[in-house]
Amino acid sequence: MMGALTSLWHSLPLLIQLGLKIIAILGPLMLVVLYYTYAERKVLAYMHVRVGPNRVGPAGLLQPVADAVKLLFKEIVIPTNADRYLFVIAPILSVAPAFAAWAVIPFSDTLVLADIDASLLYVLAMTSLGVYGVIVAGWASNSKYAFLGAMRSAAQIVAYEIAMGFALVGVLMVAGSLNIREIVLGQQGGIHQWYIFPLFPLFVVYLVSGVAETNRSPFDVAEGESEIVAGPHVEYGGMGFALFFLAEYANMILISSLVVLLFLGGWHPPFEFSPLTWVPGPIWFFGKLAVIAFLFLWFRATFPRYRYDQIMRLGWKVFIPVTLIWILVIGVARVLSPIHFVFR
Amino acid sequence: MDPSDWSGEGFVANPFCISLAMILTNLKNLVRTWFLVELVRGLGVTSRYLFRRKITVQYPEEKIPKSPRFRGLHALRRYPNGEERCIACKLCEAVCPALAITIESEVRDDDTRRTTRYDIDLFKCVYCGFCEEACPVDSIVLTDIHEFHFEQREGHIITKNDLLDIGDRYEAKIAADRQADAAYR
Repeated sequence: MMGALTSLWHSLPLLIQLGLKIIAILGPLMLVVLYYTYAERKVLAYMHVRVGPNRVGPAGLLQPVADAVKLLFKEIVIPTNADRYLFVIAPILSVAPAFAAWAVIPFSDTLVLADIDASLLYVLAMTSLGVYGVIVAGWASNSKYAFLGAMRSAAQIVAYEIAMGFALVGVLMVAGSLNIREIVLGQQGGIHQWYIFPLFPLFVVYLVSGVAETNRSPFDVAEGESEIVAGPHVEYGGMGFALFFLAEYANMILISSLVVLLFLGGWHPPFEFSPLTWVPGPIWFFGKLAVIAFLFLWFRATFPRYRYDQIMRLGWKVFIPVTLIWILVIGVARVLSPIHFVFR
Repeated sequence: MDPSDWSGEGFVANPFCISLAMILTNLKNLVRTWFLVELVRGLGVTSRYLFRRKITVQYPEEKIPKSPRFRGLHALRRYPNGEERCIACKLCEAVCPALAITIESEVRDDDTRRTTRYDIDLFKCVYCGFCEEACPVDSIVLTDIHEFHFEQREGHIITKNDLLDIGDRYEAKIAADRQADAAYR
């Protein structure tokens, strides 16, 4: 049976094989995004002592489906003075990198679509590309709020990109590899091997920069609704808005998964003894992913929005020095042989 | 630490002691800042609320109790013998701050004055209850009905017949509410 399936798989044309692989990753991802929005509304509601969506389907479980259907069937409105071409292409620019980055995310030792050597660089490149969607959307909308939001978002993402990059430098110094799969394999052997401990400051910087990078509360000045309506996507409705929404949540999940892979041991169980090792790797991966993803919602429910200059100060004057100093610490620790065992 | 805080007498008498305290305070603040103590405490607050009992009232299924003084939809009442209470004195029309009430009257065959028209514009009405307070015969009242709607464009004007009808249907509840509140009037 397995042999027949394998031979059937190999008899398929390469393009169809690739397409099926992409669907196998993006299909569940879309589903997770859908229910991440539901989880967000529920968690926020519970922290507000409310009950959240509970009308559509049992316990409101069909609410995200209803929302998606509503957005799909809405009329696509393009403002008269908008740059039509850019206006249409902007949501695609924003959603494509958010999805493309998933190509190199390893779900377990063997479960990875593209096991390339520089996958960390690839992810960094893809997450940086996302800002173009926002800028183009703000520019093409020809609306002052959208433009202001896009400018804010661009400056913010550039500022935090650097801190994020430096945090990744710390990780790759310790792991000695740019391949995410090998970085995770370097954390094998239990919770004490996870990079969160030697790299705790970088972990915090990476997580907070990730929140800023995805324009999430408390760093959501780009779409601060009390200031500039909805930021870059004021003029978008229906499908266009749905795509931005999808991109934002896919990015949040992507950042969460990177935090898990780079700092929390990816698919490895926290302790290497029997009941924990029976659980398959992807389950551990998704469990940890859910915890980090929950943090995003928890932050949103807890912290008030940063003032814009404070965001800039935090990015440039706090995070970048912190990461630089910690990179220095790692470097010194790696040179001094007695401490070398910390990083194997 | 604010400089004005360490300008006391102790500062002059023993500068070393104060500066040590200052250093300690600064150190404490530094640690609190860099270990995100306040932020973690904030997260603690929201996490406690996550598990708190939810206070949402699931409205159509659950309802909260209403005061007998609740001011909802209007009604005109009758005496127990079936005679309408309203004597067309137009005090309610006069007192109405929103000019929502329109009354026309005539002398009936038995030489009593009655309304021929008693319209309330529900769009204008602000549900202040002044009409009820002004009424010398307790005829116009505000019931505790708050879930009402209309389906015709003219539906926002309710006429004398509608009002009497509401009064007839809910007389028991109206009387009970007036009874409950009588001691405080």
